[in-house]
Order: sequence, then C-alpha cells, then structure tokens
Amino acid sequence: MKVRILVRLKPGVLDPQGRAVHHSLDGMGFEGVEDVRIGRMIEMDVADGTSDEALNSMCEKLLANMVIENFTIEKLETAGAA
Amino acid sequence: MGFRAAVITFPGSNCDRDMACALELVSGTAPIRVWHGDAELPENLDFIALPGGFSYGDYLRSGAMAANSPIMRSVIAAATRGVPVLGVCNGFQVLTESGLLPGALMRNASQNFICRTVPLIAENTQSTFTHAYAGKGTVHIPVAHHDGNYFADEETLDRIEGDGRVAFRYTEPCNGSRRDIAGVLSAGGNVLGMMPHPERAVEDAQGGTDGRFLFESAIAALV
Repeated sequence: MKVRILVRLKPGVLDPQGRAVHHSLDGMGFEGVEDVRIGRMIEMDVADGTSDEALNSMCEKLLANMVIENFTIEKLETAGAA
Repeated sequence: MGFRAAVITFPGSNCDRDMACALELVSGTAPIRVWHGDAELPENLDFIALPGGFSYGDYLRSGAMAANSPIMRSVIAAATRGVPVLGVCNGFQVLTESGLLPGALMRNASQNFICRTVPLIAENTQSTFTHAYAGKGTVHIPVAHHDGNYFADEETLDRIEGDGRVAFRYTEPCNGSRRDIAGVLSAGGNVLGMMPHPERAVEDAQGGTDGRFLFESAIAALV
C-alpha cells in the first residue's frame, strides 16, 4: 500500500521559508500571491493492512513535530489492486 | 573520583570534541565518549552532554532522527532519574524532539545561518547549570545555527517563564525566538537546552570565557 503523508506547519506558526519564497515570487513579478506556506510530503510503501493507528503513531513520533506541525494521511491505491 | 561526564556523538555531530575538551579543561577529567548506536550509557554519570552539529544531516527536522536513536532511550531514562543533561545547539534540538524539553527550534526568522557572538543574560541563576552566572549580568557566548528560532505556544511560554525555566535570554533579537529565549530548563531543572555554545567560550584563545561559568556551575553542583 502506498501512503502519502503531508506535514504542514500549524496555522499561526510563522513560516520563514514560505515568507522568503513569497518574497522571491513577488520580486520575480508574479502578481496576486497572497501567502506561501511550505510543508513536506512523505510517500511510503507499507504492508497492506498497516493500521491507521500505526500510521498515526509514525507521524506523531517521528514524521511530524506535533509542537509546530499537523499531518494528514492519504492512502493511495494498493499495489496490484484493480 | 572526578567529574564523570559523557559526551554523546551522533553521526554528523561536529562539536563533540569541543564539548569534551571544555569539560576536561574545566573539570580536570576527560569525559567518556559515547556513540549514538550504543544502547547503554556508562553507569554513575554525573553529567551528559549532547553536542552541536548536524546529526543525521538534519534530515526530516533538526534533531528528529537523533532523538529516536538507541542511546537516547538511555539518555531519557537518565534524565528522568535526575542526571544533568546539557544539549547545545543541535543537542537542544534533540532534547526538544525527544520531548525532554518543551517547544521546537524552527528555521531562523531571517532564513540565514547566524554565526556570531551574542549577548545573553542568565534569567535563572539558581539552576545546576547557571548558578555561577549570578551577578554576572550580560555575558557573551557564540551562536552558530540555522534552526535556532525557539517556538512554543503562548500557554507553554507563560508556564516556563512562570516556573523560572527560561535559563538564558538573548538581550537583543537574534533568530526570531519567541520572547528571545536562548535556553530552556526541564521542569525538574536537570535538563538544559541552549542554542549558544558555552564550550566555545571557555578559554581566552576563543575570544571569551563566559561559557566557563556553565561548566563550573554543573561541576560545583555535583562534586
């Protein structure tokens, strides 16, 4: 099973990288960019049947820092499934 | 027996030797060097130091992988028993990632790596690590980091301020840290994380000796 995890900064946590990228986009002449937030995407191949509990635990203990980040878990198609 | 300290080396640590030299210089006893993959710490330690550097290449988040390395289980157990644990720079990041200290170290607000000597005050001069700073006023210790921007929610900040757990504060904005916090103590007071490098300010050749007070504090408190 493929799993895609998106880790994002919590709302309200200042994102210096996003701000710098926003600034660069403005400087390049792109108009209408109102905000930029940078997160992280992690794709994993895990055994079919890996529990939600296990996936949550991986995120809470390592993949995200719950002080500053939230995560979402998206299960993609099981390899070989129709 | 002398001051029995251990310095932990993770893959990518680069201030471990400086830390060991500073501990030996101030205590007179060379610390034991411990590798991250070791499962157990030496017994009867007086002090554990997590040095600066870029453990695991700062992959994922600074300190995140080191916080889950085998030796950290023993470090957490020792900290829980009350053994003094000092984390400097990347060591501070490891301590927050491991949950031994509150908050998180984010990318500097300026986005720049900051490498200079900064003015600090020891806000708490009662702790194991800081009592020798009493009456010293503003001191100067180098920082060298990209991810030193201390973050915690307001409730946590109020709590640690109220409990005297802000050990060091920058006297001028440095890296975007909430409330200019440079170093934080655990609830029990035996774990200190700080971004400035006291081990880089222990002898005159380094340009200053204000870091010495930290090691002198810890040694005086224990021997």
